[in-house]
Amino acid sequence: MSTVVTSKDASVAPLPPGRPSWRARLQGPAVFTAVAVLALVVAPLVLEPFRLGLLAKYLVYAIVALGIGLAWGQGGMLVLGQGVFFGLGGYAMGMYLKLTEAQGGLPDFMVWSGVEELPALWAPFANPVFALAMAVVAPVVVAALLGALVFRQRVRGAYFAILTQALAAAFVILLVGQQGLTGGTNGLTNFFELFGQDLALDSTQRGLYFVVAVVLGLLYLGARQLVNSRFGRLLVAVRDGEDRVRFLGYNPATVKTVTFAISAGMAGLAGALFVPVVGIISPALLGVVPSLELVVAVAVGGRFALAGAVLGAVVMNYAKTVFSEELSSAWLYLQGALFILVMTLAPKGIIGLLRRRKEAAG
Amino acid sequence: MSGDDTGAEALLEIRDLSVVFDGFRALDGVNLTLARGELRFLIGPNGAGKTTLIDVITGLTRPAGGSVRFGGKDLVGRKEHEIVRLGVGRTFQTSVVFEELTVVENLDLAASFRRPLWALAGRRRGVSEAVRAALATTGLEELAERPARVLSHGQRQWLEIGMLIAQRPSLLLLDEPVAGMSQDERARTGELLTEIAEDHTVIVVEHDMDFLRRYASQVTVLHEGRVLTEGSVDDVSADPRVQEVYLGRAREEATDAVG
Ligand SMILES: Nc1ncnc2c1ncn2[C@@H]1O[C@H](COP(=O)(O)OP(=O)(O)OP(=O)(O)O)[C@@H](O)[C@H]1O
Ligand SMILES: [Mg+2]
Repeated sequence: MSTVVTSKDASVAPLPPGRPSWRARLQGPAVFTAVAVLALVVAPLVLEPFRLGLLAKYLVYAIVALGIGLAWGQGGMLVLGQGVFFGLGGYAMGMYLKLTEAQGGLPDFMVWSGVEELPALWAPFANPVFALAMAVVAPVVVAALLGALVFRQRVRGAYFAILTQALAAAFVILLVGQQGLTGGTNGLTNFFELFGQDLALDSTQRGLYFVVAVVLGLLYLGARQLVNSRFGRLLVAVRDGEDRVRFLGYNPATVKTVTFAISAGMAGLAGALFVPVVGIISPALLGVVPSLELVVAVAVGGRFALAGAVLGAVVMNYAKTVFSEELSSAWLYLQGALFILVMTLAPKGIIGLLRRRKEAAG
Repeated sequence: MSGDDTGAEALLEIRDLSVVFDGFRALDGVNLTLARGELRFLIGPNGAGKTTLIDVITGLTRPAGGSVRFGGKDLVGRKEHEIVRLGVGRTFQTSVVFEELTVVENLDLAASFRRPLWALAGRRRGVSEAVRAALATTGLEELAERPARVLSHGQRQWLEIGMLIAQRPSLLLLDEPVAGMSQDERARTGELLTEIAEDHTVIVVEHDMDFLRRYASQVTVLHEGRVLTEGSVDDVSADPRVQEVYLGRAREEATDAVG
């Protein structure tokens, strides 16, 4: 056998330190606090409203990325269709906004497409609590059902990835096809106010920015807690040896379904936040390509660390803005090239490179 | 069931078990009864069906026919994790541990499977009694906080055995626990086995005759999917059919080594 290593060899080999030192342990919270101060104090002070709005959008995407980091980086599930859950959340919010504006009447686009009566599906979304709850509950339920179905059948790896991608494609077709119900290709747009606040005002947008940043921060802490829990260890075990985990007495299908549902819930919440921040939700924002772009961003940032996922989403979306302003057509290729480069040369992404540099230095 | 007479009530009863892979009979009418508290060695040349037998008991392979009863429950058709939950644990011929997790985390996961899923959402604080015991039995205390990837081959096998003990199963199935180990490690593992067998029911797959003579009492010999014979080590090793099977194999190995 080629894997045989005698215990003598192992005792000679330098072993990495066991428990991290206090300094190392405080480093995480220190970085988190620094980033929080940067996001909550510095950014709102130095960025003009337009740029702050863009940052809010990046942070919304970072929430989706966090879910991808959890499902893919920790759980090994390559989720290529998070746009579906993002969309469910976005449309739930969009429907609520449209209905408040219609003030008991029909939303504008329905009038244009000749719909005469409010569809039954829409009616409950006039209630903001219901709409917000559905933004999270609907994605969680869809993901849980899908997960329960496919993970039980031991669908995994590339098959699962393709399945989620197909779901995103099908979702777009469904949305575009139901013009009267969903606004078709145009989606839902022309929002003017949220909970009585004028969405065009800088102060409203600034407030939204704070909400997004705080939600991201809380979700990050929650996700970290989960990753460090026994469940998190189990998730990594499922990622690295699903078949072995069965013989520890756990059902990997359940572990994966729960995680997939959590990541879907995050995407849904992000979708709901995206709508007032950006002012539109449409099929083009949640199809195969946007779903894929976020996975690329997570890979670039570093999928094995939650912070990497967040970082990747912000960096890549910022890069996208810059390149779209300069040379938009090159962006797609650059993105693809970057993805290949990262996957082959630095599978742990930017975070991995940063950590390696620090280790080399210290 | 009246299981109160002696310790000799059957814990595992395998009847007429057959496994077919693409027309090839890997197991062909195997019968095996194991009393509670017994330590049984399962031997046989390469391809005899030893691993296949363990695979069937643990739900990894579906039999073509026959039954596997464990503590009065039929195991055939149950999922792997359900069988573990009934109290059957196993190790693998090529050990599989979770390299990204530390030794203690590997053991802790193995020990925690009876907790409800939501209870796993908490952080592990300290080391549970089952994990502590497994660490002590396998002598891996010093390495507890190391990631499993730094372990040597022998240490990995011990960790796997430790994970098995931490599960607190009533039946342990060990597939070639000393394969690839040095002489020292074999001796340590042998002692470990004897220790475990004191309060567990154990099946050990092994075809190293020296190891067998030293640590085995009851032996079942598998050959080409069938039970060739069963009995004490002395009886079995004196059996001409067993010698034939093993001498044949020894001769093959000798030619392999030359060629
Ligand atoms: N999944 C499978 N598909 C087809 N044939 C298989 C499969 N698993 C095992 N076999 C065959 O069944 C026979 C018994 O295999 P098994 O692994 O049970 O032998 P073993 O006694 O454990 O041998 P070894 O000592 O080499 O581990 C072998 O001939 C093997 O090639
Ligand atoms: Mg085998």
